[in-house]
Amino acid sequence: MSIQELGADQQVQVEMITCVIDGFEITVPKGTLVIRAAEKLGIQIPRFCDHPLLAPAGACRQCLVDIEINGRAFPKPQASCTIPVENGMVVKTQLTSPVADKAQKGIMELLLINHPLDCPVCDKGGECPLQNQAMSNGRAESRFEGVKRTFEKPVAISSQVLLDRERCVLCARCTRFSEQIAGDPFITLNERGALQQVGIYEEEPFDSYYSGNTVQICPVGALTGTSYRFRARPFDLVSTNSACEHCASGCAMRTDVRRGKTLRRLAGEDAEVNEEWNCDKGRWAFKYEVAKNRIKNPMIRDSSGQLQEVSWPEALAEAANGLKNSRSGVLVGGRVTIEDAYGYSKFARVALNTNNIDFRARLHSQEELEFLATAKTNATYKDLDNADHVVLIGFEPEDESPIVFLRIYKQVHKRSIKVTSIAPYASRGSEKLKANLIKSASGSEVSAISALSGLTSKSVVLVGERISETEGGLSSIVKLASDTGAKLGWIPRRAGEKGAIAAGALPNLLPGNRLISNSSARVDIAAAWSVDSVPSEIGLSTEEMINSDLQALLIGGIDPMDISPEAKIKLAKKFIVSLEIRQSDITDIASVVLPVAPVVEKSGSFMDWQGKVRKFEAAVDQTLNRSDVRILSMLADEIGKPINLPTVNSARVEFESIGSWDGEVSTMKLVVGAGNKAINNDEAIISSWRNLLDKGSLQDGEENLAGTARKSKVVISQSRAKSLNVSDGDLVRVSNNYGAVTLACQISDIDESSIWLPRNSLNSQLIRNLGVVSNSVVKVAKA
Amino acid sequence: MSKLTPVLSANWDQKDSFTFEAYKRNGGYTAIAKALSMKPDEVIQTVKDSGLRGRGGAGFPTGNKWGFIPQGDNKEHYFVVNADESEPGTCKDTPLLMANPHVLIEGIIIGSYAIRANHAFIYIRGEITHVVRRVQQAIEDAYKAGLLGKNILGKGFDLDLVLHVGAGAYICGEETALLDSLEGFRGQPRLRPPFPAIAGLYAKPTVVNNVESVASVPAIINNGVAWFTAMGTEKSKGFTLYSLSGHVNNPGQFEAPLGITLRELLEISGGIRTGHKLKFWTPGGSSTPIFTDAHLDVPLDYEGVSAAGSMLGTKALQIFDETTCIVRAVLRWTEFYKHESCGKCTPCREGTWWLVQVLKDLEAGRGSEADLDKLLDLCDNIMGRSFCALADGAASPIISSLKYFRQEYLDHLAAGKCPFDPMTATLFESAGVK
Repeated sequence: MSIQELGADQQVQVEMITCVIDGFEITVPKGTLVIRAAEKLGIQIPRFCDHPLLAPAGACRQCLVDIEINGRAFPKPQASCTIPVENGMVVKTQLTSPVADKAQKGIMELLLINHPLDCPVCDKGGECPLQNQAMSNGRAESRFEGVKRTFEKPVAISSQVLLDRERCVLCARCTRFSEQIAGDPFITLNERGALQQVGIYEEEPFDSYYSGNTVQICPVGALTGTSYRFRARPFDLVSTNSACEHCASGCAMRTDVRRGKTLRRLAGEDAEVNEEWNCDKGRWAFKYEVAKNRIKNPMIRDSSGQLQEVSWPEALAEAANGLKNSRSGVLVGGRVTIEDAYGYSKFARVALNTNNIDFRARLHSQEELEFLATAKTNATYKDLDNADHVVLIGFEPEDESPIVFLRIYKQVHKRSIKVTSIAPYASRGSEKLKANLIKSASGSEVSAISALSGLTSKSVVLVGERISETEGGLSSIVKLASDTGAKLGWIPRRAGEKGAIAAGALPNLLPGNRLISNSSARVDIAAAWSVDSVPSEIGLSTEEMINSDLQALLIGGIDPMDISPEAKIKLAKKFIVSLEIRQSDITDIASVVLPVAPVVEKSGSFMDWQGKVRKFEAAVDQTLNRSDVRILSMLADEIGKPINLPTVNSARVEFESIGSWDGEVSTMKLVVGAGNKAINNDEAIISSWRNLLDKGSLQDGEENLAGTARKSKVVISQSRAKSLNVSDGDLVRVSNNYGAVTLACQISDIDESSIWLPRNSLNSQLIRNLGVVSNSVVKVAKA
Repeated sequence: MSKLTPVLSANWDQKDSFTFEAYKRNGGYTAIAKALSMKPDEVIQTVKDSGLRGRGGAGFPTGNKWGFIPQGDNKEHYFVVNADESEPGTCKDTPLLMANPHVLIEGIIIGSYAIRANHAFIYIRGEITHVVRRVQQAIEDAYKAGLLGKNILGKGFDLDLVLHVGAGAYICGEETALLDSLEGFRGQPRLRPPFPAIAGLYAKPTVVNNVESVASVPAIINNGVAWFTAMGTEKSKGFTLYSLSGHVNNPGQFEAPLGITLRELLEISGGIRTGHKLKFWTPGGSSTPIFTDAHLDVPLDYEGVSAAGSMLGTKALQIFDETTCIVRAVLRWTEFYKHESCGKCTPCREGTWWLVQVLKDLEAGRGSEADLDKLLDLCDNIMGRSFCALADGAASPIISSLKYFRQEYLDHLAAGKCPFDPMTATLFESAGVK
């Protein structure tokens, strides 16, 4: 008997095994563990060390069952988490075997002798596998009358994770996760016997980007998050499934709220996306929602230049007044939901009658605009699972899309797949992936891309948004993908960018990937919107709008310092309507400020890098804050050109009904790359990317998280260190006409002409400090 | 006539028995020439035919173990010797390596040749520094003589032998924990399958054999299968080292055919401490269920001891006379297991922690008869529930002591203290050193 499991390109025959568990026959794929086969029958065998995504350990012995194979019984109960089913196997769990039942009760009693039983003050109490299973599979009373082992508590294994060793049942889930899933084996078990404990190596802190998962999979209250510790009881929390707003990985999340306040966020489960994991930023960076500078009411700037709180009608009238009848544009920002992006897209075309709309609040290029409107970027996580080779171009998955990193790492760990990275130097993430590094100075990646060989249709090329900073980069990638048949994935950093493309929040694109240059596409959209026509002229990009003489701009959540150092000054000259959550550089210069809801307070959806829609509902309900699209709809009404999107749901329904363009497609005009830059001995080409944990505004207010951010360092080559006469850790000054950054150096195997700095970290905020982030010549000197 | 069959220990009385010269003089390093002239599979077959069983405790047929190594797999194979002898009472490998290290090296060369390994390791207990030095010297001498290294005896066989010193953990005598430790990790048993024969050291096919098993091979090669199988019993062939310790007049190593009885061994070793009588004994180290004076005639082979409810183990016969408090003796062993539990699995880690506390109370006469039942039930929850056999070893002496000496436990409770004077059980007591 067999079933067929659909692979990416092929069908895999899976042998099926039939066995009997507690008298019920069940047929499962070969390799299925007894404990998992039992689950399929609804038989819950208690367990601690077992975790479906970790290699079996067999350590806790809680899942003991009686097994016989073809009439031959094992002499003693077996750990069902380590034994795969076999034909002719008869399993008796605690439900039908008194021996298994007694064995499990015995193990549970033993687990509890050294456990403090401090459930009333433990964060885990109420959602604790130990507590629950002690009730379901334990003795009513312990016979232990002796002395428990005790430890000093808690031990901070990092600034964000605390360890209470006496609660630990030593299941090794956390240590196995760190080694097998995250590739950060910074915690391990040490000592032995009952004194065995999870420990850290003092000189190598547990600074994993994924440490929060260990808290989530800890089956007892041994690992707790510093920020959540002693804050709430699980039974007081209201949980809502949500999606992560931090990056384009697309993690399913759970948001736990008590009395209108978000207290914690957990990784949700989605086998096709994040499995059961998320990164520490997604888990812990949510304090920005409750920051003191939240905007609660609409504001307009009075004659003295001060923002004053006003009523909604007053603010909407002021905004409408400034926007209508002026040459205007829309800056959307990269963090919008699909529904909000669709609202902005429609608002620009209908209410402002312009294609001046761009979601790109970062460095960008005309070449990128072409690429985003035309390129087929349809790689998926599943493609990574089946890939023979993954190529990373201008993309550091561990920093820029951490779940993508986990998925690649999984295959590196499991199948030793080939990974190639085109980057100036081998980052820690790239070392963990054992990537073959093609050292390239920023701006000079084109020759490396063109020289790539050996790619097949099972290969995946992952491209980061940063490659738009290299002229000809995206063009050479499009050529590479079409020449080799490799799957292409474009992975922006922000959660809203992919959805914003789909919603047409670009100057050359309408919703559903319809090119503005295509007249039937315009007719399509005009019909859908019940308007006579949509503007046909290609609009301005973000940078063009900032530099233009447009009189008014509607701006969503953007930071001008993500674009250029002069952006704020230039924007200050325009009439700005700002839709914001908190006070920002934009609200500082805005004429009208309209408060909008952060993710936890609204419903909506993000589109992850694969193009998969990640729908979420409001976790905090009954707030007065609204999603952007509702406000845009009111504003359009006020302008007198309604967009008729009064709710998030109406935007979603309308957007979905429009569907994707199935007509003629155009191809990208390829751009030729620039040559290498000439530099002097005391100069270098600057390269950078954003570390996962940095000065990003959505991480504001979470000090424990910031405690594990990687230290800002300037990476220089061995020969540069020699010529500067510096050794590891010495201060190095990087400067240009605009300014300077001084950081400790790290001597590494970096491209000779390059240096690397974090783009937006402590003491290294490059746009602010140097005015450039990449592909530019800077002076390097010993500080 | 003595029933002893000294083979490994034949020359221990020579002052220089441990030297390369003495080993050669006594006919050593002749088996390798013979073995290296045979096909590797013939060597394996010879060891299989001899019926040699693992002397480290489990008694698994050595030749079969060698035969499990997949051949022609284009993988490195490893031959590992378990010299991590650390169980209370077990003391055969240490004197063997002190007095005759070269017989082990010769066995390793033959075994490595048979399984087609070019790297062999001796994992030796770290505490026995004097033995470490002696074995290290022996390895150097073997290298100098061209018996290790490249192209041994001109037969085109290469072998490097590394002596690895353990860091003091009993669990590293468990073969997979040993491999983890040898690889540089904390010694904790590995999940099986895969078995070491398929994925052992560095995930390559690996044989792990006890010192005495490997050391027995040269004699088998030299003297033949018939010579070896003429000794011992039907399923337990050959000779072995019996280690008598405790309350015997002449403790030490006694090399005899498998199947000899304690009664016979006591005759040879001068009997129980003069003026005393046998109370209980372990047939194979502290992890094997104890025997009493009712078991004097149990044949000490794998089947005989098993049929009588214990295990041959390492043939470490610890002898206790009537001055010994059973509760105290069992407590001491249990403290050892608590100290040595690696911590990986719950029943061993937590169970030994608890057992010690219960036994301490019982030895001090605290508790009630119900505590004895609790103790037995606790052992039932530990025995056969753990990841490896360490916890079984911890529970065995307790269960067997309650089987034979329950009344003595009750006597403690009735007296509210231990009714024994521990001084009388010491070996120096009778000599008047108080």
